[in-house]
Amino acid sequence: MGKTITEKIFEAHQRDVPSAHNVVLDIDVVMCHEITTPIAVNDLKARGMDRVFDPAKIKVVIDHVTPSKDTKTAIQAKILRDWARRNHINDFFDIGANGICHALFPEKGFIRPGYTVIMGDSHTCTHGAFGAFAAGVGTTDLEVGILKGVCSFRLPETMKITIAGKLGKGVYAKDVILRVIKELTVNGATDKVMEFRGPVVDGMSMESRMTVCNMAIEAGATCGVCLPDRVTAEYLWPFIQDQYQDVEAAVADFRKWHSDADAGYAAEKTFDVTGLAPQVTYGYKPDEVKDITDMAGARIDQVYMGSCTNGRIEDLRVAAEILKGRKIADHVRAILSPATPKVYSQALDEGLIRIFMEAGFCVTNPTCGACLGMSNGVLAPGEVCASTTNRNFNGRMGKGGMVHLMSPLAAAAAAVKGCITDPREML
Amino acid sequence: MKRPQPNKPNKPNKLNKLNKLNKLNKPNEPNKPYEVVMKTFGGPVLFLDRSNINTDEIIPAKYLTENTKEDLKPFILEDLKLPGFDPAVNTRGAGVIVTRANFGCGSSREHAVWVFEVNNINVVIAESFARIFRQNMFNCGMLAIELPKKDIDALFAVGPEVTVSIDMDKETLIARGTKEFTCKFTLNSFDKDLVLAGGWLAYADKKY
Repeated sequence: MGKTITEKIFEAHQRDVPSAHNVVLDIDVVMCHEITTPIAVNDLKARGMDRVFDPAKIKVVIDHVTPSKDTKTAIQAKILRDWARRNHINDFFDIGANGICHALFPEKGFIRPGYTVIMGDSHTCTHGAFGAFAAGVGTTDLEVGILKGVCSFRLPETMKITIAGKLGKGVYAKDVILRVIKELTVNGATDKVMEFRGPVVDGMSMESRMTVCNMAIEAGATCGVCLPDRVTAEYLWPFIQDQYQDVEAAVADFRKWHSDADAGYAAEKTFDVTGLAPQVTYGYKPDEVKDITDMAGARIDQVYMGSCTNGRIEDLRVAAEILKGRKIADHVRAILSPATPKVYSQALDEGLIRIFMEAGFCVTNPTCGACLGMSNGVLAPGEVCASTTNRNFNGRMGKGGMVHLMSPLAAAAAAVKGCITDPREML
Repeated sequence: MKRPQPNKPNKPNKLNKLNKLNKLNKPNEPNKPYEVVMKTFGGPVLFLDRSNINTDEIIPAKYLTENTKEDLKPFILEDLKLPGFDPAVNTRGAGVIVTRANFGCGSSREHAVWVFEVNNINVVIAESFARIFRQNMFNCGMLAIELPKKDIDALFAVGPEVTVSIDMDKETLIARGTKEFTCKFTLNSFDKDLVLAGGWLAYADKKY
């Protein structure tokens, strides 16, 4: 029987087989941010093991609370900063160069097809969009990753998720993944890899594929993955042009990671997205999803545009389509956090930032920001936010607050109308 | 490696103290010898009767700025809303959590495991776990025990005041309340090795 992309990556990285159900993999990229890494750093230091397995394979960013908001977050940033310096980690991104890890690191070309990637962050599954195996881990896994360059996983089963049909106007990658999570539920893919296939995925940009893979964890998946193709090669071209004669050669090489036609899957599901309406969450779990038409009229207090799910240039362009020449509703406050400095600067060049500002948005620096209620944009009890983020857990954006997850287009429409609304009517 | 006696849950002893000392992260403490021992398992049960309890409910993100595990202690399950549940009162003295499906879903924060660890809750028994939470438990040398729904139902029925003892060798647990209930559990051999080693760092440091 043939192999899936994940089985091929596992085979190429296998360091040890500690039991019939587990493997220990060599890790190509260990990514670190200031929330989950400092405790690992302190622990290594306390044990007299303050070293890293390979400084070139460790990527570090301060992104969750930046600029630091208080003494505690300043200490977290300092621990990370000092550690990166004393261990000669060159790929360290501080204020001025920092952005959300899952947008910044792909942009820097750090993720390649066939790689193994870990980070102390559940949305690490985003990087599967490049045909990599990328998994969120806890601080102990991160600590061992930093020290030894290895990580243990249960042998993965793969769910093949085929996205068929054609997306209608005003319907995007975010709507697709919300629809998939609705069907699978929040633990429908636990201990599995979600392999996204089909014509809709093939036609998606890298940004859209990242949006899809980003939310695989919300169905419990270890990783989301797309097969690396021409879109991947073109995105990565500035970083791989020394390795390949042309894009064609890269595309051909990437094919070695593709799942075989006779690969075995634990489950196969097809979603025909033709006629799919924009989607929105209504409860405190990301699988509580409705057509936006069923939620129309629900009043909102805040709009948040950003995060590792939907803070990329493509997302800003889409939202600007609705915001151009319009104002946000009187009772609404709206926040835009471009995901990276590159996104921010590109949005400036394209005139998007002006559109957001004239509509009444506050534009912040690149940061995880309001998504997890750690720094800015926190909700008061009883307040409601239309958000392009990935989690609607109770209290996520502030105690007693309610978050409705949706696409950037739908969030822009909600900002203008002051309530959840079908954005297709405004295009 | 010294192993504490099974079936004597939560008995404070020297090993436990040493273990606690080693697991703490005090940035300014001088280097200590690297020594890890297996934890003790068992004790009074805290029942959390809901599926999909997520890591934001276990430890809200605003506390992720704490730089030591001990500092998390007062915030255990702070955002969990269950009828009649008061985290400050109900978590006191507990050594074991018994809950439903998909426990620990959401963020990768190991703080969700540490907040139990510093409150001396070293065992969570559930129908199923989110992958990262489960791995974090074993990585910290703690027990995430999966049982079929009928056994979880039986555990809930033993209540309300229940104490669980765990025999690691026989992979058996005994719940004593107004009734008594005994059942087998199965640990993946690698997960068990992590628990015996006192966690993934100790295991990996020896082996890789």
